[in-house]
Amino acid sequence: MKRLPWTVVAVLLLPLFVVAAPRLPRSGGDIVAVLPVRDDGLQALRARHAAAPRAVAPALELAWRYVALGRATADPRYFGQAQAVLAPWQHAADVPNGVRLVRATLLQNSHQFDAALAELRRITEQDPRDAQAWLTQATVQAVKGDYAGATGSCARLSTLTGQLESFACLASASANTARMRGSERLLAATLQRDGAARPELRVWALTLLAEMAARRADAGQAGQRFRAALAIAPHDIYLLGAYADFLLDQGRADQVPALLRDDLRADALLLRQALALKQLGYRAGLATVQAELQARFDAAALRGDQVHLREQARFTLYLLGDAKGALALAQRNWFVQKELADTRLLLEAGIAAGDREALQQVIQWVAGTGLEDAVVATLVRRAS
Amino acid sequence: MNYIMALLLAFLCAPAWAHKPSDSYLTLRVDGSRIEGQWDIALRDLDTAIGLDGDGDGRLTWDELRTRHAAIAAYALARLQLAAAGAACTLTAGPQLVDDHTDGAYTVLPLHGTCPASPTQLTIVYRLFADTDAQHRGLLRLDAGGSVRTAILGGEQPAQVLALAEPSGARQFLAYLREGVRHIWIGYDHILFLVSLLLPAVLVRRGGQWQGVTDFRAAGVEVLKTVSAFTLAHSLTLTLAALQLVTLPSRWVESAIAASVVVAALNNLWPVVQGRRWVAAFLFGLVHGFGFASVLADLGLPSGALALSLLGFNLGVEAGQLAIVAVLLPLVFVLRGTAAYRRALLPAGSLAIALVAMVWLGERVFDIKLPGV
Repeated sequence: MKRLPWTVVAVLLLPLFVVAAPRLPRSGGDIVAVLPVRDDGLQALRARHAAAPRAVAPALELAWRYVALGRATADPRYFGQAQAVLAPWQHAADVPNGVRLVRATLLQNSHQFDAALAELRRITEQDPRDAQAWLTQATVQAVKGDYAGATGSCARLSTLTGQLESFACLASASANTARMRGSERLLAATLQRDGAARPELRVWALTLLAEMAARRADAGQAGQRFRAALAIAPHDIYLLGAYADFLLDQGRADQVPALLRDDLRADALLLRQALALKQLGYRAGLATVQAELQARFDAAALRGDQVHLREQARFTLYLLGDAKGALALAQRNWFVQKELADTRLLLEAGIAAGDREALQQVIQWVAGTGLEDAVVATLVRRAS
Repeated sequence: MNYIMALLLAFLCAPAWAHKPSDSYLTLRVDGSRIEGQWDIALRDLDTAIGLDGDGDGRLTWDELRTRHAAIAAYALARLQLAAAGAACTLTAGPQLVDDHTDGAYTVLPLHGTCPASPTQLTIVYRLFADTDAQHRGLLRLDAGGSVRTAILGGEQPAQVLALAEPSGARQFLAYLREGVRHIWIGYDHILFLVSLLLPAVLVRRGGQWQGVTDFRAAGVEVLKTVSAFTLAHSLTLTLAALQLVTLPSRWVESAIAASVVVAALNNLWPVVQGRRWVAAFLFGLVHGFGFASVLADLGLPSGALALSLLGFNLGVEAGQLAIVAVLLPLVFVLRGTAAYRRALLPAGSLAIALVAMVWLGERVFDIKLPGV
């Protein structure tokens, strides 16, 4: 690889040396901040809510809009705003199920899974026909590693909603079990039949299918499915992260920067960018991104946030090269969530740190679930 | 290919603002009953709460921000309450600056405040953005008594009580020592009183005429007696006043101090008290001590290290005096034999001091302020 021209290196390093300090802008016309442009629909919702803050319907409509904005942009401020909308019911004795569902979604989002499940249970007990509550419950159960519970929730969902949604639910509940291949075939066939499915549902199904193909080491089919999903939702943060991981696994880091270019505000994606720069050997660029990531983790630590454990463990392992520190973070993370990425990260950190005891626990868990994944299988062989 | 890739990376690596939960950064420094601080609040959050972007184009200019300063300060300060020992502290915001954090631009508000008493624990009630963003937090950095602690404010429990670290005895002592020195050097009335006593110390009066003393030792002993008497006297009254055993109205005290300077200076022109200058120094020292006490009352004495702080302040005053003596005495000793010193410098200097002190006296007695003095 040719050396980077000096001018480029200088530009890359520039942000590192811009030391922030309180300043007085030079002239009145200086632009001090670029704010999210106000969207008329949102303004109208806010106005209707402000006129009657205790009215359930406008509050729920505004809260769900904030949740949708938060998911689409990975901007956590919207989740805080949604929570503020629900404040009138914070200490109320009689909470409407609609409010509970938003609350559960916000708890899920901040990784307070047990509290989220408690809210969901109260909804489904009162109203067993609330399909969204069953679906959210299945998702949370799967993240926690309770695959039997998740499958049960999906079964309840299947009596209330369409086939595609039910099979997607089942696929996510079975992804880390020996039933993965069967549920993948079922979902793929259903998606093919259902041409009229909502775009969000198609993206979800395609993402699940792509990830399952990657587990089977079918890179061709995985890439195809990822790209089909991206064609519908090019800025879906979860999807971008999953595809970037796939590319990194395939040694195709050169495609990552262009993929993530417009979405680096999300910490999870900036982390993938850093990993790609590392794989490509662009040290100057990596230093800048790494400093930015460190600043973001530091800012999160100041407020005592635990939501970034997975990203932080990965950062610590691959960018800081601190295997012991990474293992501690990966263990704490795995205690909270047990998705494939979490399991894999714990194995990688355990191997790097040479901690047999930590590894033994995960290896047993993997064997117990029947989890099938090409990368995890290699890691388990190396660890045993 | 590599060059294009590099350019692409350069473009990509321009700093991207992070997406992060909403935080404000609050720094408070507690110094006695005074509070100084700085509060960084995200412009984006303020825009959501009270609207900053006047023309709604998403580009916030400095003019748009400037015109909202009063609204920002009012909104923010209404959501931050500080209290010490059950009584509220006042808090005001100075002119804002702008700074960048990982997620974008913030307003920087300088804070100034006072508490009714020097707090041993600070109650902070923080409700900023509580009605617009339930996950907003205030990240506090509290600097008190030389130790720094942090806290996360807001959320479910808006009120927090933070015990302030009692600064160590040695630290307190040094702080009050410094204040004592500082007070002597910025308190012109004390300096002029000393100068009035020092100017004739290198002379003796014989047959209605000033003559230079023969040796430095004699002058040194005379000064030592004078300064010691002054110190002893003001230490006594300072202690009595600081312990609130004796209190005098500050206007009387200040007027008496000015009068003491007038008398000391005039005594050089028309000598009444001679030889026993230390007696005059002692009597007027009692008055000056009450003056120092009012300064100490403004600073606030820590209850934990009262005696140590008082001693520190007294020694500071003493050290400040000795520094002035150390510079002035050799100077006037060298000049003492000259006619210029006896006939011009002593009378003219004393007259000038007397005039300035008379103006002070007038101001303090009648509670008015004359321009230019």
